[in-house]
Amino acid sequence: MTINEIQEDIIEEFAGFEDWMDKYAYLIELGTDLSGLDEKYQTESNLIKGCQSKVWFNASLENGVVKLEADSDAIIVKGIAALLIRVFNNQTPEDIMNADLKFIDEIGLKQHLSPTRSNGLVSMVKQIKMYGIAFNHVSK
Amino acid sequence: MTIDINKIRKDFPILEELIHGKPLVYFDNAATTQKPRQVVDKLVEYYYKYNSNIHRGVHYLSNKSTDGNENARVIVQNFINAKHSHEVIFTSGATESVNLVANSFGDRFISEGDEVIVSELEHHSNIVPWQLICERKKATLKVLPFNDHGELMIEKLDDLITDRTKIIAVNHISNSLGTINPIRKIIEIAHAKNVRVLIDAAQSVQHKKIDVQDLNVDFLVFSGHKIYGPTGIGVLYGKEELLNEMPPWKGGGEMISEVTFEKTTYNELPYKFEAGTPNYIDAIGLGAAIEYVESIGIENIDAYEQELLTYATEKLLSIDGLRIYGTAKEKTSVISFLVEGIHFYDMGMLLDQMGIAVRTGTHCTEPVMQHFGIDGTVRASFSFYNTKEEIDSLYNGILKVCKMFAVK
Ligand SMILES: Cc1ncc(COP(=O)(O)O)c(C=O)c1O
Repeated sequence: MTINEIQEDIIEEFAGFEDWMDKYAYLIELGTDLSGLDEKYQTESNLIKGCQSKVWFNASLENGVVKLEADSDAIIVKGIAALLIRVFNNQTPEDIMNADLKFIDEIGLKQHLSPTRSNGLVSMVKQIKMYGIAFNHVSK
Repeated sequence: MTIDINKIRKDFPILEELIHGKPLVYFDNAATTQKPRQVVDKLVEYYYKYNSNIHRGVHYLSNKSTDGNENARVIVQNFINAKHSHEVIFTSGATESVNLVANSFGDRFISEGDEVIVSELEHHSNIVPWQLICERKKATLKVLPFNDHGELMIEKLDDLITDRTKIIAVNHISNSLGTINPIRKIIEIAHAKNVRVLIDAAQSVQHKKIDVQDLNVDFLVFSGHKIYGPTGIGVLYGKEELLNEMPPWKGGGEMISEVTFEKTTYNELPYKFEAGTPNYIDAIGLGAAIEYVESIGIENIDAYEQELLTYATEKLLSIDGLRIYGTAKEKTSVISFLVEGIHFYDMGMLLDQMGIAVRTGTHCTEPVMQHFGIDGTVRASFSFYNTKEEIDSLYNGILKVCKMFAVK
């Protein structure tokens, strides 16, 4: 599936929730289910330190597509990280580089990704984009 | 209780707002307090009717603004019982006040090898300015620790002070734990050894009666926005003889007596420390805020907030897995807590969805968090406009969050 198709799927899923409780309960579920990051990758260099929550994030290039892993100490942040991974994992660097990230706004989670909210997610998105650009450069 | 809560709540229009469709429960009062109409009306009145730069004009409006500003200074003077109104310096806030003292007092009195003492319980704004001056002067910063209840171990203070100690800077009330520190005792111990004391009263002027002469404190700082006044205005109180000995920190208009390129002489107190056009309208707003607080009575406010604290502490402690950080015997209405297995960010986010505003994170006191080995807490801080019903909402909100996490 393309990045946009996945985003559409997520938007549709979230449209089905009656209220905020359902939405956040789902994020908690996603966060709990995300396998997270192997201990050996939970390093200082993979750590994105927000003053609210921490995000660990690792990216690599395998067979022309980007592999992403992430973890967080806050479950809701981890749940949102899981959604970001669902969108960007296994995509090509070029597609990631050119992607228009719109689902966060549309499912009403924009507040978590505002630059002033220091939870590590904004930096995670920036880094995903940067890996897209860097890997695109490498694979050419 | 002599607090008429319904009447008081009507003074704060923001309390009627709906957040995510739910009535606002504002429990972030230690970060900033809401403003009563009496304060906002005063700002509007001055902007609409009297605004003009102060001290500079001969015209009617300029006199009116100048009078307003100087009247606000007298209100602050009386509020903290300073001996002279010129011992009250207007700054942009507690942070700037500490920086002023660290730089100006530091410039004059701190030299290589000297020592400054702060406590482990300080807000960053009462740590970093001292680190900066110590670095510049090659002086040493020493730390007075606290115990696991969050109480300063002042029995260690005497040993910490040496003949190189120049100043001790501690807060009256901790913003992250709510501990009320024994400042009278600290000042006595320090003065017995000729050491100056700065008290950070950012979290105390809104709860406790302060008398700077009775305390015999050398410097005291606070912010207007935490005592129901505007943002961008704060106070530095300093003893006249000390302020007179200290050099100006910022240069500009208003703070001079005579300027030539060869030599400039400085204005007298308080203007020596108020360079440039001051924030006179917000100073006037701060005056209105103090008058508002006094109209309710600081003792009444304190008594009611203590009642809220006791009620909330009992209620929250009945929640399974909830731990309160900061269990000092003497506390103000601040509760820092964590629920086992639930990150503070998740708790804060979910409470926000219910219209409940709490602060999460380190509260600008990272050393306090390091002491407990945690990354942050959820902090609920109460004001006299809050109610027990709102505390019930918080209690039910936390239970709801616990439930969401239990079914994961
Ligand atoms: C104890 C304490 N000191 C100093 C400050 C700094 O105040 P301001 O940011 O208004 O300058 C605060 C504010 O959070 C505080 O709680």
